[in-house]
Amino acid sequence: MLDLPAPALFGQLLLGAINGAFYALLSLGLAVIFGLLHVVNFAHGAQYALGAFCAYLLLKFAGVPYWGALILSPLIVGLLGSAFERLFLRRLYDVDNIYQLLLTFSLALIIEGTLRALFGSSGFPYENPLPGGINLGFMFMPYYRAWVVAVSIVLCVATWLVIEKTKLGSYLRAATERPDLVRTFGINVPLMVTVTYGAGAALAAFAGVLAAPIYQVNPGMGANLLIIVFAVVVIGGMGSLMGSVVAGFGLGLLEGLTKLVYPTASSTVIFVVMALVLLLRPAGLAGREVH
Amino acid sequence: MPETVLPLLSLRDVCANYGPSRALHGVTLDVHSGELVTLVGRNGAGKTTTLKAIAGLMRDRTGSIAIGGAETIRLAPEKIARLGAAYCPEERGIFASLSVEENLLLPPVLHQSGYSADDIYQLFPRLYERRSSQGTKLSGGEQQILAIARILRTGAKLLLLDEPTEGLAPVIVDQIGDIVRILRQRGFTILLVEQNFEFASQLADRIYVVENGRVVEHFSADEARSQPDRLRAYLSV
Repeated sequence: MLDLPAPALFGQLLLGAINGAFYALLSLGLAVIFGLLHVVNFAHGAQYALGAFCAYLLLKFAGVPYWGALILSPLIVGLLGSAFERLFLRRLYDVDNIYQLLLTFSLALIIEGTLRALFGSSGFPYENPLPGGINLGFMFMPYYRAWVVAVSIVLCVATWLVIEKTKLGSYLRAATERPDLVRTFGINVPLMVTVTYGAGAALAAFAGVLAAPIYQVNPGMGANLLIIVFAVVVIGGMGSLMGSVVAGFGLGLLEGLTKLVYPTASSTVIFVVMALVLLLRPAGLAGREVH
Repeated sequence: MPETVLPLLSLRDVCANYGPSRALHGVTLDVHSGELVTLVGRNGAGKTTTLKAIAGLMRDRTGSIAIGGAETIRLAPEKIARLGAAYCPEERGIFASLSVEENLLLPPVLHQSGYSADDIYQLFPRLYERRSSQGTKLSGGEQQILAIARILRTGAKLLLLDEPTEGLAPVIVDQIGDIVRILRQRGFTILLVEQNFEFASQLADRIYVVENGRVVEHFSADEARSQPDRLRAYLSV
């Protein structure tokens, strides 16, 4: 199609897939939280940064390697998220949505501000746990980047399976529609809400750990990404898991391709798509119309 | 009904509010084990609110509501469910994102007496035929049957049914009546809210009339049948 050298094309596609993996993981977490809580979690980017910092601190002070941090860090951030839901967010479910937005936004500012005060804004490198790569003939594939794309896809599919195919998932889907009625069946919906918020925060932290060796660990890493992720969520359809994941990877690839064809537009193309989707299909590509 | 037997459900002076406006002004009533008791009254009298208060869905409620002797006025809905009460809402509450079977199997089995899927399909063969359809694709009557069948899963002994005949064709209303009768024969205790006067007086052991958030009159089944005009007077506009 375009007169481009193959290594450049595939190199950009790989970069697009990597970015897409992060978009997908983060928008998936947002969609899980929005689906059940109807809260737009503005703290998501900060929880992603917190995940990366957890990995960095675990390594520095406890000698916990990358693979341990990949488990521990989401666990820690997930527990912090659950505590936040229980102690603060829960008090605001009965009032206008703008208050939940303000609360999660202020949490993001507090987390990022604290990280900046403690560690500065220049950031830290995190050693690549899978150095090296393989020459595929048409391009060079670094092992770590292949791992990021693969594990993201596995995690997205696993989350989708849990929600669509398990008993717990049917509780979640039902509670999304009628939380009060689900409670009268004897199901502890408030506990489910706490766990769901924690799981969403844990997903963000997992993405943060994945990102640490690729990007730098720095306090602003989530804030930059979150704006794009919100665009991805809008394009995929608010609350739709499948929509978020497909839009995440798709838009990452689109961004990569745009970088090849017309580099200046690469940072804008996602927002152009968002504007088009909002005009033509306001509920998003996979979103259900709100009646 | 001998007075010495403790009622399965006992409401004393129950008040409840929707925000600033009071919907119940002191409801007092008893339902004994195995009874089918009906609440009748005009629209907005507080019948549905009474059921919601028993199920724990009215957060702002005072007075006393005892189920099997246990006070529930401060309990969360999921705790009340564990005491053996189950609530079937007027709008049926069938989940659109779940299939018929997923809807049916959604409530967890809380007591040993909970119905298995086979028990329920035997009682309601129509649901078996439609088990893989989306829940809200069923007809109104089928959705009502699904909503009633679903709450048998938990093993609840006390069923709170809110206007199961609303908006249904007469032939379906008869089917729902048969179902309610079968459940009563099987030993369920039922508190039924009903606008359909004929339906209510044919089924009920006793009838409470609710007006302005209070119980204002009480009829036994015999009284309701022998003095239908007195009962009807409460319901006419």
